[in-house]
Amino acid sequence: MAHSFPEEVLEHVFSFIDSDKDRNAVSLVCKSWYEIERWCRRKIFIGNCYAVTPRIMIRRFPELRSVSLKGKPHFADFDLVPEGWGGYVDPWVSAMGRAYPLLEELRLKRMVVSDDTLEMVSKSFKNFKVLVLSSCEGFTTDGLASIAANCRNLRELDLRESDVEDLGGNWLSCFPESCTSLVSLNISCLGSEWSLRNLSALERLVGRSPNLRRLRMNRAVPLDKLANLLRRAPYLVELGTGAFSSELHPDVFSNLSGAFSGCKELRALSGFWDVVPAYLPAVYTICSGLTSLNLSYAAVQSSDLVKLITQCQNLQRLWVLDYIEDSGLEALAESCKNLQELRVFPSDPFAAEPNVTLTEQGLVAVSEGCPKLESVLYFCRQFTNDALFTIAKNRPSLTRFRLCIIEPRTPDYITLEPLDAGFGAIVQNCKELRRLSLSGLLTDRVFEHIGTHAKKLEMLSIAFAGDGDLGLHHVLSGCESLRKLEIRDCPFGDKALLANAAKLETMRSLWMSSCSVSFEACKLLGQKMPRLNVEVIDERGPPDSRPESCPVNTVYIYRSIAGPRLDMPAFVWTMDEELALRLS
Amino acid sequence: TLAQLSHVCSYKETEELRQRKSQANGKILRMSSESDNSSMNFDETALTLGLPGKSRPSVGEKSGVKRGFSKMVDLNLHQKQSNDQENDGSQVEVAEPANSPASKAQIAGWPPVRTFRKNTVKSCKYVKVAVDGAPYLRKVDLDLYTSYQQLLISLESMFSCFTIRNCMNDGNLMDLVKGTEYVPTYEDKDGDWMLVGDVPWKMFVESCKRIRLMKRSEALGLGNIQNSCYNSKDTSIVIKHK
Repeated sequence: MAHSFPEEVLEHVFSFIDSDKDRNAVSLVCKSWYEIERWCRRKIFIGNCYAVTPRIMIRRFPELRSVSLKGKPHFADFDLVPEGWGGYVDPWVSAMGRAYPLLEELRLKRMVVSDDTLEMVSKSFKNFKVLVLSSCEGFTTDGLASIAANCRNLRELDLRESDVEDLGGNWLSCFPESCTSLVSLNISCLGSEWSLRNLSALERLVGRSPNLRRLRMNRAVPLDKLANLLRRAPYLVELGTGAFSSELHPDVFSNLSGAFSGCKELRALSGFWDVVPAYLPAVYTICSGLTSLNLSYAAVQSSDLVKLITQCQNLQRLWVLDYIEDSGLEALAESCKNLQELRVFPSDPFAAEPNVTLTEQGLVAVSEGCPKLESVLYFCRQFTNDALFTIAKNRPSLTRFRLCIIEPRTPDYITLEPLDAGFGAIVQNCKELRRLSLSGLLTDRVFEHIGTHAKKLEMLSIAFAGDGDLGLHHVLSGCESLRKLEIRDCPFGDKALLANAAKLETMRSLWMSSCSVSFEACKLLGQKMPRLNVEVIDERGPPDSRPESCPVNTVYIYRSIAGPRLDMPAFVWTMDEELALRLS
Repeated sequence: TLAQLSHVCSYKETEELRQRKSQANGKILRMSSESDNSSMNFDETALTLGLPGKSRPSVGEKSGVKRGFSKMVDLNLHQKQSNDQENDGSQVEVAEPANSPASKAQIAGWPPVRTFRKNTVKSCKYVKVAVDGAPYLRKVDLDLYTSYQQLLISLESMFSCFTIRNCMNDGNLMDLVKGTEYVPTYEDKDGDWMLVGDVPWKMFVESCKRIRLMKRSEALGLGNIQNSCYNSKDTSIVIKHK
């Protein structure tokens, strides 16, 4: 049967198969399918850049057009991964520059990118189209200038949440006048001070990009320029404004309002820094078409937020600050019946006392009123088991649930009990739950619930929870689909880790910081499991300068076919077999 | 004016600082809050740049920029929270000026809110601090402080081999500390370089764009240095070169 179709036909059939999982399955059917598939795979996603090497990737897939890479572990977002840890993309770009001259897309997350690398990208790939740098760092506006100047057919430049050093030049003017291919531009992470030259370069760029559909600007773009920009790009589907403040002037308002009503395709709005509430009504005309609204920088009162949100009946995604308060969330629950995702961020995370009335009530209201709700991120200061029971009962369709009660180890504020039962109800009822973040006072019981019920859980984040090793053991032994586990400040130690060593090879990674894992256990794990990289991060100096039983600061374990990495800084030690031999 | 000066420097602290300075004989001081004066411990080592530990990673430009004062407080407390029993002797004491918001206990990386969110919502006035001759920059959040003294204490904790001294036109203290005297200066909104301490604190916070610890020899070019009412109660920073 394997010979009944010529290769070209199989290749043609495979070209309709897009998902990575399906492609992987195809490649396992037989040797010839493996061969055909690898030559025609065009897209690859590598969730951990240290799990594989550029050479291995290139050897297997010689004709890639699109590469996605992730570097640092998730906790790097909260400054738990020290500067210099790694995640450098340069070796990848060097290798791809030689192997994939036809590369079109590069998507990076939490990686270190240098200006030199960006220049290399801009010069190595003649047909380069898409550059997405998500939460990356290490580059400046000079690097962006190379991209702008050299990528003739650039369609997408997305710098979402990256840390870019602004050298004050005018990199936007480096886009040649002949560049008219832009479809998506996201520079919202850039600074808040721009010269007039930058602004006019942006206006000209927007003016000559007829295909521009997504434009997210930075805080520096003032409100009085927005109307002009909108008129040049009336087909925008996604807009991120700059600062949304200006001296109150009827002309500015009517101009802006008119410009917005001309943008009939707008579906997503974001930005809204420095909002002057009086200008919010300028967007009312397009509210009914909005599916996504990001107000998480808008420091305005609940009543102003509500006036805006209640006009967006088709809203599917809302990101907002806790200024919305319980009352605002109740209004949301009434108006937005298509809501799928809600994120409520804290306006003052370090205030000892709550500065707003945002409690468990708000989330309960949304869980009651929004039948399509599936994704939640909620920062608040109090919760109860009862509220969690209610949410679980109302919304068994939840797939992502992240609750952050700001003060660690906060119990149910009414019963003063741990929140074990409440989270237990979540995992028991929400059978499709893929992502979960826990908070509040939690014992090992919650992990027993999770291990028993959370069979589809892929990512779990734990902080300041549990009593001992049993908790970790429940999770590692019970959660069949677990891929990423990140733990901080929990009394989990060696026993559970070593007993479930084999499980770790089925996961992408495990992060444990400020727990009770000893150096000895790390060494043992590194020795026993050659396909795991066991890395100790400790700023107190070499782990063998302390007793073996001493807990390490952080251990980061990930599966890899690349062997131990060679680019570790002085504060990271790999627990591979050689090390064990060297130290014994 | 006198009122301005007492706003800027506390006389009592000045006297004590001088005494400590002569006692310490050039050692790096731990700046403690007033209530802690009696338990001043010269043996406690000071202030490292970012994270506690003997084998520090090489601090590149970027890492210096990333870690501000409050980060150091975070990390110090974070260390205390961890379970390890060991006292490796390289505890970091970070200066915590009294009444500073940074002195409120904060856990590193908690709550899990990304830095750019924290910066954009709460008013944050991060400015870069450069030291002539030093290879890296640091950042301070001016909103964390309520006085020049607090700021200068924090700057001290940021760069190694720092000593703050308040001198009254004396030469003998210069001999004690064999180093180059630095004067804290800042660039204001108009792009002019001014001496730190010339204007009321709030006005300074409002107008400061970046801070530079300038070698005294270069700072003489700044006209203000002679005329500043600040001069008679000069606050300068001395950096010892290794």
